[in-house]
Formats: sequence, C-alpha cells, structure tokens
Amino acid sequence: MGWLDAWKAGFARNAKKAIPDGVWVKCEGKGADAQLGCGKTLYRRDLEENLWVCPSCGFHMRIGAHAYLDLLLDEGTAEPLFETVMSADPLRFKAEKRYGDQILEDFRRTGRGSAFMAVSGAICGRPFAVGAMDFSFRGGSLGSAEGEKINRLIGFAQERGVPLVIVSQSGGARMQEAALSLMQMAKTSARLAEFAETSLPFISILTSPTTGGVTASFAMLGDVILAEPGALIGFAGARVRETIKEDLPPGFQRAEFLLEHGFVDRVVDRRNLKEEVARLTNVLAPV
Amino acid sequence: MNAAPSSQQHKPRPAPLDFEAELVKLEDRITDMRKWADEYSKTGQDPAIAQEIARLEARANEMRATIYRNLTHWQRVQVARHRDRPYTLDYINLLMEDFSELHGDRHFADDAAMVCGIARFRGRSVALVGQQKGRTVEERIKRNWGMAGPEGYRKALRIMKLAEKFHLPVISLVDTPGAAPGVGAEERGQAEAIAKNLFEMSRLQTPILVAIIGEGASGGALGIGVGDRVLMMENCWYSVISPEGCAQILWRTADAKEQAAAAMKISAQDLHALGLIDEVVPEPVGGAHRAPEEAARILGDRLEENLNLLAAIPPTELLERRRNRLYAYGQWEEREVASR
Ligand SMILES: [Zn+2]
Repeated sequence: MGWLDAWKAGFARNAKKAIPDGVWVKCEGKGADAQLGCGKTLYRRDLEENLWVCPSCGFHMRIGAHAYLDLLLDEGTAEPLFETVMSADPLRFKAEKRYGDQILEDFRRTGRGSAFMAVSGAICGRPFAVGAMDFSFRGGSLGSAEGEKINRLIGFAQERGVPLVIVSQSGGARMQEAALSLMQMAKTSARLAEFAETSLPFISILTSPTTGGVTASFAMLGDVILAEPGALIGFAGARVRETIKEDLPPGFQRAEFLLEHGFVDRVVDRRNLKEEVARLTNVLAPV
Repeated sequence: MNAAPSSQQHKPRPAPLDFEAELVKLEDRITDMRKWADEYSKTGQDPAIAQEIARLEARANEMRATIYRNLTHWQRVQVARHRDRPYTLDYINLLMEDFSELHGDRHFADDAAMVCGIARFRGRSVALVGQQKGRTVEERIKRNWGMAGPEGYRKALRIMKLAEKFHLPVISLVDTPGAAPGVGAEERGQAEAIAKNLFEMSRLQTPILVAIIGEGASGGALGIGVGDRVLMMENCWYSVISPEGCAQILWRTADAKEQAAAAMKISAQDLHALGLIDEVVPEPVGGAHRAPEEAARILGDRLEENLNLLAAIPPTELLERRRNRLYAYGQWEEREVASR
C-alpha cells in the first residue's frame, strides 16, 4: 500500500489547493456547471472575500470541503475527527487505471485520505458536528471510508448532544467499490434514522453538484435541507441525464427547480449559510 | 403443477444464450432423434435408439452443468436478464395463496414497475413488494422495464408500513435494471423517495426478508433492499451500476462490460464473500428460466426458513441487529497519520 506510506511521508503538508492560482479568475463553471457564470474576469482577492460568489452575477463558484468548514465554523474552533479512516481498495479494482493508484494520486494532490472531512467545532458559539464532502477527492464520491466517517460523525453528534450539519458535493457512489459503495447509502440513512430519535437537528446543505447515491441517501434526509443557488442536485447523474430522451425543462435539476417541486426547504446564498444554520438550529432546538 | 413430470422437449425451449451454442446443437440432435424414434416406434421398437437418446441426454445434462458451474460474471448477467426468467409475479403465483395486489402510493399514481400486496405464504400472512418486468413489448412499456419511479418506492413504503401495523413480515423481491431516470422522476423526487425508504426500512418494526431474484441495480434495487436477511439467487447480479454503465465511464466503452462485471465483483458468490448478503440461493441447473417451478420451490423453502428464523427474534433485538449489520458495511483503512 504505497499510498499509505505516502501519508506518513507527510504529503499532506504539500497538498495543493483545489482553487485555481493566479491573481485573476474568470467567472465560469466547470463540469456540470459549465453553462453558468458571466465570464467576467474578477480580482482574486475580491472573490475570496466574497466566498467565491461572483459579485457581478451571483454565480457560486465551486469551493472545497475545507472552504465550507472555514465559512461555517467559528475561527479556530474546528477539530478534525476520524482522520485515521481512509479509502482503501477492497476489490483490487482495475479499469483503465488502478483504483489504488487513483486514491494515492488524489491523496497526493489533496492531502486527504477520503472525500469527507468531519470536524467538531462551533457555529456562532454553539457546538456542532460538521462534515463536508470534497469534489476534489474522487469526485466527492461515496465510498466505504466516506460512509464510515459520516456514520461516526452522526454518532459523535448523538453522543455529545450537538446538532449536525453535512455539506454535500458529490458525483454519487464510488464505482470502484461497487456494492460496498452502494451499501453506504443504507448505512448512513440507517444511522440518521437512529439520530432522528434524539430531537437534535440535522441540517443538510446541498452544493453543486449533488447527484446519485448521495442525493438518494443522507443528503435528502435533513430535518431542514438547504441548497446553494443554482446548485445541480438530482438523482440521475450527468451520464444518465444524457440518455434521457426528453426535452429538459429550463433549470432542470437546479436548486430552484427542487425548491419549486418541494424537495428543498430553502435556497440560501453561500454568504448567509452560517447565519442561516445558526438561526434554524437555535429556533428548532434552543440551547 | 402436479401434472405428470414433463420433460424438457415438450415445453418450448427458452431462448438460448450465446455461451450455450454447443449445448443447443446437442439438444437439437436429441430432439431430431426423438422425432425419428417416435416415427419408428409405430412399426416397432429399437432399444438401441432409446439407449442412444439416453446417452446424449446424459451428455447434454453434464455439459449444461459444466457450463453453469463455470459461468463468468458477464454470463451470469445474461442469465439474470433472460426473458423467460421468473419475475416477481411469477414467484408470487407459484408460491403465494390469496394474493391481493394493492395499488397506488396515495400521492400521485400507481407504478406498474413495482408490484405490492398481501398474501398467505405457507401458513402465515405476508406483505410483498417487488419490481416487475414485462416479457412482451406492451408489458415492458407498462412495467417500464422494471424501473420504478418515486411512486413505486412510495407505494412499497406504504405497504411496508401496512405490514408493520398488522405485524406481517415483509418479503421484498428485487429485480430491476435501475430506478427510473427521467424528467418526471426527478420532478417528483426519485432521490428523496429512495432515501426515505432506506431510512424507514432501517427502523421498520417488523421483519424484512429481501431476495435478489434477477438484476440488482444500484439505488433502484437498494430502495427496497434493506432488510434483516438478504438472499440472492445464484445467477443474479447486484452492484452500484450496471456493467455497461461502469464500462462506459471507466473504460470509455460499453464493450468493456465483461471486464466491468468481473472487476465490480457483482455475483452472488462475490457478495456473499464480501459479507453483503447472507445466502446464495441455488438455481436449477441451466438457470431459473429453464425450470421456473423448481426455482420457485427452492426459493420458497429458503424464504420460509428465513421467515421462521426472523420470527423467533424479539422486535427490539431485530432492529438492533438490523442496524448493526448496516453499520458494519464497508471496507476502509484505519491508520494513524502524521498530523497536518
Ligand atoms: Zn459572474
């Protein structure tokens, strides 16, 4: 297991940021969001201050798990949890590439052992258990390590009696873990059913993209479900979407479309997420 | 089905699969010889012909057994998709008494791709849910190729709640190429419907017995696949995506479906080894489609025994066991790493 040794060698310290380098950044979407953005060239420092929301058109550029944890949690309060849980290659899966190599590659690039970051911290002074999926590690896909970390995070929230927030950003299940990946949907949903016995709030935040097995499990099980404006959210992923032989209605699978059809509670600007989470939680479960 | 034992040649033969070519040749020869023997027997018997037929039949049986003992992953997918393979309603007809289909999700529609109802099964009342495929073009369209929409999953949950109320065990028969994709399915919350089922099935206060009887594709299968015991028939596949879908994405061509099927370890034997299912249910030699009544009898026996087993577990313990089993799913590395 070469990639595990790589962990120990401290590649984490050299991890590159997912956000593009340079002083100027163009307002444009990637992948599923390729049609979005106004195309204007923006000053990087302005964008950073604006949490990567375009000041001109309001497009929410993709940011990683770390950025969400930073914007949600009070400064200096985040304590990483379950960092020992890392993706493995239980099926010794090999397609054009070896899955084991892909994990290693993503680890070197991101400094993470899975696509899920779990922390204990405070939001507006109140203790929370918070997790975020990260698209830069295997497309944010749900594998065994991610499922395990999510389960432990829910258990942690339950044990400590603190509210739970999970930020989703995922292409769905992880094919290279096949049925093991599929079962993470059942595992996380079952854990949330146990958590639901506690009367502690679970706020699910959907960001672009959230599709497939993640949408069809924990992401759709929030007591309150928030979505970022314009976020792509759906069951069928990009490949399946291409096979739909119907004209897609405008805004299909976007946050506003889900709001209209009754599947998210609120579409919330990223810059208001923290305040929103704090307010909802304090009304649902006053301290 | 208690008529005189009918031999294979009196029934129309199921459409042969590509890997059965040699076997088909041999079977054709036996059929020809039998015809000839019938003609000949009008004028007199020749024990030599009967002997030769018996010899060839023995060879055909051996060949069939060898082929089916050594099926590749992809060949099993082919068997799982065979048009004559028994579907949910076939098993219901062969195994259940007093079956009443119950329709509708009480919100929007009735989904014909998901069959639900109540019945008597070997001395007890049960609730049934399962995807249903069609054989003719019309039937396939009506059943949407066994791809249920949100209405199907919501109907299944409604019937499971009914089962909970009346303390009936749930038997879930899984056979789907996936949950329905499409504009309507998205508009009416396919993802939410499946997520809700996973959530509710994990805490349903009555035994749930799941059997994969054909295809077990992704969230569409899992949406009725959470239970206390999960059985899988010998020639089924169960995974997170179809072999073709996986091949298309990871090999960039659907032609790699055979490699994808093997790499994903989608067979009943694989899933049993991975601890994701409890039992592999044997099929008649040559696959369930070759002898549906026998397949149903074997499945029925396994269902009955597992229902007996589950009925003996106190409800609180049942739920705890179900949860713990779900929590244990997955394989990851657990390592100390240098701090950041
Ligand atoms: Zn813009």
